[in-house]
Amino acid sequence: MSEKKRNLNVIRLAHGAGGLLQEELIDFITKDIPYKNVNNGIGVEELDDGATIPLERYDKEIVVTADGHTIYPLFFPGGDLGTLSVCGTVNDLIMMGARPIALTSIIIIEEGIEFEKLEKIVKSMNAKALEANIAIIAGDTKVMPKGTLNEMIIATTGIGIKDKKIRILDKNLKIGDKIIVTGSIGDHGTALMASREGLNISTDLKSDISLLHEIYSSLKFEINNNFIHAMKDPTRGGLAAVLNDWAIKSNVSILVDEEKIPIKKQVTAICDMLGLDPYNIACEGRALIAVDPAYSKDVLDKLKLTEIGKNSKLIGEVKVDHPKKVFLNTIVGGTRFVDMPLGEPIPRIC
Amino acid sequence: MNIPGIKVLRSKDFTSQIIKAINDTSKEISKPVKFMHVCGTHEHTMSKYGLRTLLPKEIEILSGPGCPVCICPSADIDKAIKLGSRDDTIITTFGDMIRVPATSISLAELKAKGADVRIVYGPNNAVKIAKENPDKEVIFFAIGFETTVPLIGYELQSNPPSNFSVICAHKLIPAALELLISQSQLRIDGFISPGHVSTIIGLKPYEIFSLGYRIPNVVSGFEPNDVLLSILMLLKQVRDKKYDSLNEYSRVVKPEGNLIAQKIITDVFQPVSSPWRGIGRVLDGGLVIREKYQEFDAEKKFDIKIEMSQDIPPGCSCHLIMVGKLYPYECSLFRKECTPINPIGPCMVSMEGTCSIYYRYHSE
Repeated sequence: MSEKKRNLNVIRLAHGAGGLLQEELIDFITKDIPYKNVNNGIGVEELDDGATIPLERYDKEIVVTADGHTIYPLFFPGGDLGTLSVCGTVNDLIMMGARPIALTSIIIIEEGIEFEKLEKIVKSMNAKALEANIAIIAGDTKVMPKGTLNEMIIATTGIGIKDKKIRILDKNLKIGDKIIVTGSIGDHGTALMASREGLNISTDLKSDISLLHEIYSSLKFEINNNFIHAMKDPTRGGLAAVLNDWAIKSNVSILVDEEKIPIKKQVTAICDMLGLDPYNIACEGRALIAVDPAYSKDVLDKLKLTEIGKNSKLIGEVKVDHPKKVFLNTIVGGTRFVDMPLGEPIPRIC
Repeated sequence: MNIPGIKVLRSKDFTSQIIKAINDTSKEISKPVKFMHVCGTHEHTMSKYGLRTLLPKEIEILSGPGCPVCICPSADIDKAIKLGSRDDTIITTFGDMIRVPATSISLAELKAKGADVRIVYGPNNAVKIAKENPDKEVIFFAIGFETTVPLIGYELQSNPPSNFSVICAHKLIPAALELLISQSQLRIDGFISPGHVSTIIGLKPYEIFSLGYRIPNVVSGFEPNDVLLSILMLLKQVRDKKYDSLNEYSRVVKPEGNLIAQKIITDVFQPVSSPWRGIGRVLDGGLVIREKYQEFDAEKKFDIKIEMSQDIPPGCSCHLIMVGKLYPYECSLFRKECTPINPIGPCMVSMEGTCSIYYRYHSE
């Protein structure tokens, strides 16, 4: 059996951790879907945050996103599975330039889970739905026999609406675009890793998990006029995955400046200790924005007035040389290549 | 957490000063020079901060056999796989180790097929798992250099439960360096020696290089300016025709090393001639568990034998890359058949492996 086939033999954890292996898995699942879009809207082949269903005779289209949420531990510093499932869904809609309207939620529970835990999670979902001004309109519940599922998973569908003419897409970056990040990166993944059993790192670091709807309302003008070319929340695979994704899909290169990328001291210290690259680590409340250079200052100023984006920074720009690659000017002045992250980040040995 | 001086060690201004001194010193030496480091973390620093792009072209920094995951022979992984295939065992090991392809499969593939293989951050976690699972045999697959050895030694000294045992695949650095110098036609002008290992063993084991082989070496830290300073310290020795063992990492490494850790190593382990993946058998290059702790030696406890194993698959150049004879991009499989998704050789698997680091940080 060839090396490639051997690798497809079984699904490994790394297939679900963003990066190249996940792309391989998604391709495996989606390649034979007979109809991949509706009315030539954005479909599954774009592999973007969501899909669109253009409404005939109207200038609007419906935006649909789907998301499965699992997390260990269920309750983590800064949030829980409930927070994650609503924030993740709403943020995906916003990253397509859509106004979030409603979501559906499927909760699958392992037999034996205390009602108290479920109650906390449902409360978090409701609190975030209220904050985002979004309805929860349908759902389903299943209980699985003990041992067939680890505690609980939530699957959501997000529904939003946007003007047809808004095109905020991974493949839409233009040469010269400025890249903005709306806050420090790597907080979520690092806080989770530090809280996991066996590491015993005591830190006040919290997940950055939050809704990004403030970004949508503050940048409405730039979104509606297509001055914002791409937006993405760097979840699994972190900053590196988003930038690589953009560079590949838009056939451009991206140069970022390490000095300008906001990273908390605790994140740098924990990542250094574990041999991890903060650029590969998940955020749950940040956005990366590629904006027309003429409007980058306006966007930055507007973001800085919001609570969620007050630490926004301009970190790089889109270039023409070496298309499909991402480069970093390092803090000491050298230059290196930033690769698409591979699989789940694993702490090193020594 | 506060690392003293971290700002200086990553300061661009300080970097420019060091680079200027490196350029000036390099001009005073009329020939190109080759330095080798033997630590995956040093390669990581070199690549992650793009340090080679700052150095003059006369200075070449080679990557030596410094990744414990890469040099772990297939036969040892095969042992872990054999034991992990039993119903009553839990295999525990460090992160990257589970992805390394052995003769037929990797521990990750064994795990995906249903075996209980767990990543731990230290052997103390493995002992904890053993205490929590008294009806299972918990085996710690112990790899690593002098840095990790004392941790395992300490657990064995501290009366672990009887269902705990260790596959001992530890290796020792100085012996391998000596083999490299005596065998290769590399003509290395200086060694950047590993800081973590030196924290334990101190500076004495390196004296053989300056006294016996007349090769300067500098024990180096892992921040970008640590590595650049070490390069400068080596360069000045080359210019002045000196062969000293110096310590750039003096904020951490004491000349005598960590005496308590050394005592644990000597009490629990015994040096033996040992195979290194891609390099071959190294005299005193590895460790076995001494007889008084043999009840925790998984190889003796379960009497496992591996008949045939394959270290370097056909076409793979890891054995040449590990000793600095080839750069990863000179291997015909690199970025083609061999990628981090489909690693063919060990250097592509580990995050500290030269091929994997080049794949991530260099676009050629």
